[in-house]
Amino acid sequence: MELKIGDHTEALSNKGRVGFENFGINVAKDQFVIALAGNPNVGKSTVFNSLTGLHQHTGNWPGKTVDNAQGTFTYRGKQFLLVDLPGTYSILAHSVEEEIARDFICFGQPDVTVVVLDATSLERNLNLALQIMEITSRIVVCVNLMDEARKKRITIDFPTLEKELGVPVVATAARNGEGLDKLQQAIFKIAVEKQPTEPKQIVYSDEVEKIIRILQGKIEEVGMAEIINPRWLALRLLDSDPTFVESIGRYLNLYKRNQMIHAKGERVAL
Amino acid sequence: MTSLNSTDPLLRIYKDAEILRASSGKPLADRVVTDIFTYSEKLAGQVVQRENIGQVEWRERIDRIVISRVFGYPLMLILLGLVFWITIEGANTPSQMIATALFAFQDVLTGVFNALGAPVWLHGLLVLGMYRTLAWVIAVMLPPMAIFFPLFTLLEDLGFLPRVAFNMDNLFKRAKACGKQCLTMCMGFGCNAAGVVSTRIIDSPRERLIAILTNNFVPCNGRFPTLIAIASIFMTSAVALSQSLVAAGFVTLLVLIGISTTFMVSWGLSKTLLKGEPSSLILELPPYRRPKIGAVLYRSIIDRTIFVLRRAIVVAAPAGAATWILANVHVGQLSILGHIAGFLDPFAQVLGLDGFILMAFILGIPANEIVIPVLLMSYLATGQLTEFTSLMELREILVSNGWTWLTAFNTMLFALLHWPCATTLMSMYHETGSKKWTALGFIIPTLIAVSVCFGVAQIVFLLGLA
Repeated sequence: MELKIGDHTEALSNKGRVGFENFGINVAKDQFVIALAGNPNVGKSTVFNSLTGLHQHTGNWPGKTVDNAQGTFTYRGKQFLLVDLPGTYSILAHSVEEEIARDFICFGQPDVTVVVLDATSLERNLNLALQIMEITSRIVVCVNLMDEARKKRITIDFPTLEKELGVPVVATAARNGEGLDKLQQAIFKIAVEKQPTEPKQIVYSDEVEKIIRILQGKIEEVGMAEIINPRWLALRLLDSDPTFVESIGRYLNLYKRNQMIHAKGERVAL
Repeated sequence: MTSLNSTDPLLRIYKDAEILRASSGKPLADRVVTDIFTYSEKLAGQVVQRENIGQVEWRERIDRIVISRVFGYPLMLILLGLVFWITIEGANTPSQMIATALFAFQDVLTGVFNALGAPVWLHGLLVLGMYRTLAWVIAVMLPPMAIFFPLFTLLEDLGFLPRVAFNMDNLFKRAKACGKQCLTMCMGFGCNAAGVVSTRIIDSPRERLIAILTNNFVPCNGRFPTLIAIASIFMTSAVALSQSLVAAGFVTLLVLIGISTTFMVSWGLSKTLLKGEPSSLILELPPYRRPKIGAVLYRSIIDRTIFVLRRAIVVAAPAGAATWILANVHVGQLSILGHIAGFLDPFAQVLGLDGFILMAFILGIPANEIVIPVLLMSYLATGQLTEFTSLMELREILVSNGWTWLTAFNTMLFALLHWPCATTLMSMYHETGSKKWTALGFIIPTLIAVSVCFGVAQIVFLLGLA
């Protein structure tokens, strides 16, 4: 079976990746794009500032009133463009910020997504990393605020954490510049050397898994698996979140906008 | 929509997903979130080691009680009741002192008018109409506000309100609404217009509309004094000491009726006009903090009390003048006020009210604060406001105009459930940008107030209780 509506040839040939210009970002040739995600108040901006220094440029996300900061840095002769995503607790898109973060990671497909976590409350922060790991395998987990964790006498077993997550984990205290070199190194390995990762996929309760399997089958049947991670799409369909299907339409030219909006009735004209 | 294209593969899958979702008992999206969090916590527990620090434990121990399934709701109720009790108990004396002072000044004003030889109608309009209404509104409103708002801000500052939202989330979810609606309701206690504006914190447009349309069921500061005054007069016990306790209990009960109505209307809207499923939210519980007393006083007195009071005064003064004119211009035997009340009376009686009460609520559309002043002005044949020296005097006026406990009870119910004030309606229009939703914001509470009062009155009449 094939997709029937809209012009999706480009989406198929790019494996669902859309140009960064759709997100208001101009990427130079040979530049690697790095997205920076994280909860609010985890020192994400400090990480951003210490990596990029004065090489920054701020604007808005296209059509949104949310700040979009970009900056560049060079590491081992390679150019990196760092994009600061809005601070969010999740990417389940309950707000404009979450929608932006989700769409950029999902459709922009940056070369690496760095998820910044607060070392003093990993139990709450890990959930964002786990959600992003469901979309992409090109991910580096950055456990920031290590200085505060030490002050609060919190110790973290990094080897176990890295093994459990299946992706590189770096400890930093961006305020003192601690661990930033290791962070750049980890980014380099994944973006440039294409180091493979095995991101941990959450196994949900039986009923959820059963429905995911059904939906995943249907998604693969219509050829959507080529352009979007089918398990992730199935999960979002469970969320009763029409904005994601709307985004698919917007970025991959599959649908006329608004169709889904009416179908669901969730989005009421305000 | 009929334009849906069924050959569209993703849309078809989306519909399949919708059916699968509906077939599952618990919202699946909730389970997905719960599973992620459970795993996050498990993993963090595996890799994180904390040396116990006193403060963390202390906070967790309090949280275990405040947001527990067993103690959470009773604790919230007790605190709410306590806040009302302190407000009622504390507001009485300053209220009378302010009234005495302001009405003494009225005599001075009258003296000045007389000395200048001003015409009677000018004195009536400015002093007996405008000034008296103003004095009444300030005397009745200022003390409860000056007590209620700091207490409320204190709870907010302590970090208690986010925990209330946490506790209530489950109920809101069952009503298919957003847990953050609870916070907008808390704002509504101050002022419904502010409550409507505060719904911006809700991201889903559907849930936001629900929050906007139901905010009115939380009694705002303009209606609190009405509820408190009537409760203090009519709903008291024989034992003098516990009078304010009973009144506080009664106000709490009314607030609970308002909250239940919010849930029922939210649920009803979710099933009809605003169909949809609730979205999950992440609420960060802030640490308990020692509140900064200065900041609490500043925020509650400057930001809230003065703001609400100013609005009340701006509306009350012209309304007082207008009411005085209506009460003093006679057409035939009766004043205009009397004609209107007479016209409304048959309908109002069916609701357990009377024509004057209903008219006061209608004249109170600019601001709910003036309902009681207008009512008193119309009851007194002279068309002037009585001097408010004690609540017992107020009781006498009401009883001599045929008030029973049913009249009192239904007046409170009507005050709690009736149409929003003009400012709130304006805010609704600004926030939704739609006349349709604003109209609905007027119609829903009106229908509910009328049917609830009708139901209560008819049952009481039928049983011969009043």
